[in-house]
Amino acid sequence: MSELLEVDNLGKRFGGFVALENISLSVAAGERLGLIGPNGSGKSTLVNCICGTLRNEQGSVRFDGRQIDRLPAHRRTHLGLARSFQLPRPFVSMSLIENVRIPLLYTVEARGTRHAAEQIEERCHGLLREVGLEAKARRRPSDLTQVEMRKLELARAVAAEPKLLIADEAMAGLTHSEIEDILALLVRLNEQGVTVILIEHIMSAVMSFSRRLVVLVSGRKIADGQPEDVMRDPEVERAYLGQ
Amino acid sequence: MRTIPFFLICLVIGGIAFAAALTLGNDYYFFAGYVVLQYVVLSTAWNILGGYCGYVNFGTGAFFALGAYSTVTIYTLIDTNAFPHVVPIPVLMLVGGAVSAVVGLGMGYLTLRLRGAFFAIATLAMAVVLETLVVNWDFVGGSRGAFIIRPETIAPFGSYIRYLFLIMLLLAVASLTIARLIERSRLGYGLATIRDDEFAAEAAGVPTLRLKLIATTISGALMGMAGAPFPYYIGYLQPQPTFALDYAVNAIAMPLIGGTSTWVGPLIGALLLGSLQQIIIVTISSAVNLLLVGALLVAFVILAPNGIVGLAHKYLQHKDDDFVGRRRTGLEAPAPQVESSPTSEAPS
Repeated sequence: MSELLEVDNLGKRFGGFVALENISLSVAAGERLGLIGPNGSGKSTLVNCICGTLRNEQGSVRFDGRQIDRLPAHRRTHLGLARSFQLPRPFVSMSLIENVRIPLLYTVEARGTRHAAEQIEERCHGLLREVGLEAKARRRPSDLTQVEMRKLELARAVAAEPKLLIADEAMAGLTHSEIEDILALLVRLNEQGVTVILIEHIMSAVMSFSRRLVVLVSGRKIADGQPEDVMRDPEVERAYLGQ
Repeated sequence: MRTIPFFLICLVIGGIAFAAALTLGNDYYFFAGYVVLQYVVLSTAWNILGGYCGYVNFGTGAFFALGAYSTVTIYTLIDTNAFPHVVPIPVLMLVGGAVSAVVGLGMGYLTLRLRGAFFAIATLAMAVVLETLVVNWDFVGGSRGAFIIRPETIAPFGSYIRYLFLIMLLLAVASLTIARLIERSRLGYGLATIRDDEFAAEAAGVPTLRLKLIATTISGALMGMAGAPFPYYIGYLQPQPTFALDYAVNAIAMPLIGGTSTWVGPLIGALLLGSLQQIIIVTISSAVNLLLVGALLVAFVILAPNGIVGLAHKYLQHKDDDFVGRRRTGLEAPAPQVESSPTSEAPS
């Protein structure tokens, strides 16, 4: 397996606050990686730096053998990086089906695959079906609950047909069976060859999904390895349970 | 409806308006109609950036004036006493449009990284800078202003104002067609994502800066084209009234009153407010003009934030929703609901 994502010595500050410090992380193609850490440990900042919503000040990010630090976010999406936002950011003036159509129009077509209108329509319906929102395809995001918005967020990220999908707390607030559905969807994507990074607070979901676990605390990476080993790590225990 | 039939229908309606104005037998209607049509173009152009993309431009007056001063520049350069008015107005409009497009692109490149109020302030600042430049540029008359004496008549239209009216009518039809085309295209979807959420748009692969630049360029070009025949209309062009905030305020107020989400809104707003202004100018006073705009704007922002189109839509959709809702429950009642888990139904 070759390295798909290589984060090297990444650093990000907000004024005097060091959000990320010397983060190095490599993710191989096809991996299922869990990323955990307490609130404010820098998980979302790391995602934002990888996806281009924020610019890192130090270090570099390589994706698919190519340095992407200086690329705007949409170019990174075109290269095959997709993410869902922790707080859902739907396109509020559009119906759900239009929401998932955007990545098809702007990312999948930018890669050179043109589809007929009916094919796009069919694909959009399929994506909504996978997250259980097909019945509301013509509704606006304002008609959705927070939980449904998380599902829409995930569907829109998947619509970009990514090589690497970063799901940023896609499961918060979901019921047990819904978590199972989303996990099944992520596993299915992974089996189709999509590398997945899962950021999650729900430990049962993280443990059942991840083949490898990375822990961030206060902007530093304190553990990286097999999930069981990582959870037994005294430093991780200290960070989560206190001394 | 396809674009070409739409364009043709607009042309026919425009032709009827022109014929109706002819039968009234008074050239005053052409003078008044010209201004209304000019506002149709300006508010449609403003709406391409402001309504579709959500970036509020306060520089409409500047783009308009750029078009007008391009005409003055060409007139001063080329036309002589022996051969006046050698450059036809459509050519002047293309030049004015090109100048405004280039300035729009440049301004966009410098300011489109700003959001919300900061972008609006930057466009206002650009208008002030351009006005200062023109006031101090003697070649186009400086603060004294510039004369263009339009010919009395032009064949086959008769009086020159009819010709100007017809040109502005064509530009209005073209603007509406362009706006409608954008609205329904991939570009229109992209602009709407920017208006809704720029971060999410980038994450979905939308090249936001490029789309905003395209919108600013098209919007600026149309405003410049609307300004190019203006020296011929007004006869005596002065910097202050040409760069006036009136244009900016009207170009914002008209789409807001009509509704910013479709091409119909700016059209309705401009026809309504523009005509009302013309009526007030001749019946009450020209000073009441902006007072009316202000009052209407406040009323609409409070009572109908989505404009007349929004009001109509709400009324129709309510009836529609009711109908669809009844039909849907009737159809789906036997089938079990897919997402019936308690949390997904609970309000967030």
